[in-house]
Amino acid sequence: MFQAQSQSTGSPAPNPAELFRDYDLGGFFDETVAEDLTPRPASDRLCRRIAELAPGDLARRQAAAETAMRRLGITFSVYGDARGKERIIPFDILPRVITAEEWRTVERGLKQRIVALDRFIGDVYGDQKILNDGVVPRSAVESGEGLKKACMGLKPPRGVWCHITGTDLVRDSDGTLYVLEDNLRVPSGVSYVLQNRRLTKQTFPGLFTDNDIRPVDDYPWRLLECLHWLCGGRVEDPVAAVLTPGIYNSAYFEHSFLAQQMGIPLVEGRDLVVRDGFVQMRTTRGPRRVDVLYRRIDDEFLDPAAFRKDSLLGVPGLMEAYRSGRVALANAPGTGVADDKVIYTYVPDMIRYYLNEDPILPNVPTFRCGDPDSLKHVLANLETMVVKPANESGGSGMLIGPASSAAEREEFAARIKDDPRDYIAQPTLALSRVPVLCDPAPDGSLNLAGRHVDLRPFIIRGPETYVLPGGLTRVALTPGSLVVNSSQGGGSKDTWVLSGEGRAKGEGEE
Amino acid sequence: MLSRVAESVYWMSRLVERAENVARFIGVNLNLSLDLPDRGGEGEQWHPLVVTSGDDAAFSKRYGEATRRNVIRFLALDAENPNSVRSCLATARENARTVRECISEEMWEHLNQFHLMVSEACDARKGEGPVAEPHEFFEKVRQAGQQFLGVTDATMTHGEAWQFCRLGRCIERADKTTRILDVKYYLLLPEPEDVGTPFDSLQWAALLRSAGALQMYRQKHGRITPRDVVDFLVLDLQFPRSVLFCLAQADGALHAITGTPSGTFASPAEQHLGKLHARLAFTRADEIVAGGMHEFLDSTQRQLNQTGKAVYDTFFAPQPG
Repeated sequence: MFQAQSQSTGSPAPNPAELFRDYDLGGFFDETVAEDLTPRPASDRLCRRIAELAPGDLARRQAAAETAMRRLGITFSVYGDARGKERIIPFDILPRVITAEEWRTVERGLKQRIVALDRFIGDVYGDQKILNDGVVPRSAVESGEGLKKACMGLKPPRGVWCHITGTDLVRDSDGTLYVLEDNLRVPSGVSYVLQNRRLTKQTFPGLFTDNDIRPVDDYPWRLLECLHWLCGGRVEDPVAAVLTPGIYNSAYFEHSFLAQQMGIPLVEGRDLVVRDGFVQMRTTRGPRRVDVLYRRIDDEFLDPAAFRKDSLLGVPGLMEAYRSGRVALANAPGTGVADDKVIYTYVPDMIRYYLNEDPILPNVPTFRCGDPDSLKHVLANLETMVVKPANESGGSGMLIGPASSAAEREEFAARIKDDPRDYIAQPTLALSRVPVLCDPAPDGSLNLAGRHVDLRPFIIRGPETYVLPGGLTRVALTPGSLVVNSSQGGGSKDTWVLSGEGRAKGEGEE
Repeated sequence: MLSRVAESVYWMSRLVERAENVARFIGVNLNLSLDLPDRGGEGEQWHPLVVTSGDDAAFSKRYGEATRRNVIRFLALDAENPNSVRSCLATARENARTVRECISEEMWEHLNQFHLMVSEACDARKGEGPVAEPHEFFEKVRQAGQQFLGVTDATMTHGEAWQFCRLGRCIERADKTTRILDVKYYLLLPEPEDVGTPFDSLQWAALLRSAGALQMYRQKHGRITPRDVVDFLVLDLQFPRSVLFCLAQADGALHAITGTPSGTFASPAEQHLGKLHARLAFTRADEIVAGGMHEFLDSTQRQLNQTGKAVYDTFFAPQPG
């Protein structure tokens, strides 16, 4: 039922199919539009609403949302860009909608995965059963940059290593969702999930009245609960803080936003000192103890006494305080050992090994260049593959085969041969697409064009394992581009997980 | 609260106040040129503004002649001048960005927009916005500055961070009131025969208007005399831009932060401010005029600087690990 504000009592009912009359699927799976160019059932109500809008209204709302982002200062910092130090992440106001049923599978799959990964990290720094049993080769772990000697034998509070994970999911042309990678170190993006929702509510209040959308706003509260849980029993009224590298970090907005939402201090390394074995903040009234840090600084920079000696970002002595149980850290140092694209290839094996279950969400088929046979295959098929360094993040240092020149492939082949362990390769997926609002067509009509997307849901391992319903939908705004990273010019969308029961009929992807 | 955060909040608030005061400052001359159509143009003196802002050396080196255009460019939109309206707001906004979790969302939003408004005006028409439409631009800056104050008081918990805001604002405002008053000293110098003439009264009125004080002054003193203007802008206990009023507020903020009883001190900051406050509280306008207004203002400014330094040493300086 619609309480639409459309004044058009006499005019014919708006037809949502009209929205996509000229839409080009381009041969890809589209998250919003079915093959017959009508909206998929999950997006049907949304599209009806859009179709009801007066001409030009959608573009006006889009512009209003962008103005609001600038006014609110929702930005990320760009490295090496002195002038426009901050940019807003382009935001497309058409939400991406996910059915309750599909989400149930995703949620189960993500929980299964993170439990296995967490067991794996603990095992690597502990008994190393999985390595001794040869399920994951010892050499693959020991040759990775993520393994931290300083973490050997650590017993993190509550036995959990990875409290916050952002797992990237992509959908291939057959409609299957694959896990592309697990971000287990300091994953970014959740602040944009919350801000995107806020912007959508502001620009489209009507949409929320006739869709049952699962809320995301309690994420900061759940994160704080997890942080407090980590100090459980040890201290009465724990003091938590977010540890940031500072204002020039690309994710500074997020660090600040989360601290603000949780109502806890945002600290930099220079605000902290380890004294009498405890971590203390420098305050206007002298030192004050900190019990748990949500750290957004990478391992290597966390503590110059334990890791990189030249780091000015961290806190000397932090690791010692952590080791002796006087401060809790989320995520625990060392989680990067599982955030390695070579180790990623073994996650299905970990799930079988630790949980004795079949993986619910499949990995993207992946070749490890460290295996001689795979290396041969990869080098022979570079133009059809995506090749990634095992330890980079942010979409840098990749080769996208189909979009590369012969010279680039030659240069990349040399790099792979130099250090095969450091590279993995995947067949180029036909990533699914979503419609985004482009500049209006010459006749002023709505111009919707398909762009590739991925999805990064966030998982918190606290008193219970919580999966944020939805996640960050990142859009490659350049036509045809497969790279969705914000540092590479990607944009984002609000992501709706419907709470209503089964709209799966005719959904197409099952 | 974190020392770093306290420092950022203090400077955020100081710099917004500074930007607003630079706008008021320029208003002295804009008001004068409005009041004196016959003397306008050639009669305008812009050099005193640069002198009293304390940035004369930097100005002369880069601009040379103190024309209206040069002075407005320097004081309003010069990104290399750290005390220009534009720089103050860019830095205030950057400070706010580092303490977003401690200030209210409305403060952040307002300050972010204020900064965008100013930088867009400065970029517009090849950076001539404030030069071409100075009345409009400086009026907007004054209004936005006042709004920031209102938003701060209405939306931020009146706890320690707010006290640091108040401290920074009041120290800055006290300093700027002495500088606005000092403009008169420099304006007078070239033409001492003007003293006591209608022209002299017009200058004092323009000055009071720039300090936002003309109407309130008239309520209290009526006719404009130099002694009463000094009394009002320096020693009035109830007018919120008078130096003494600002010092009392700053002193209150400081004692609220430390918890030390008023009238005593436990830190260099409290000692410095307390001394300065007492000195003004026990001075009469006649004595200031007789002893030389400029000398008095100058020494007050110096002591305000020392107070600022003492605030730094007491609260913000990195303590030994």
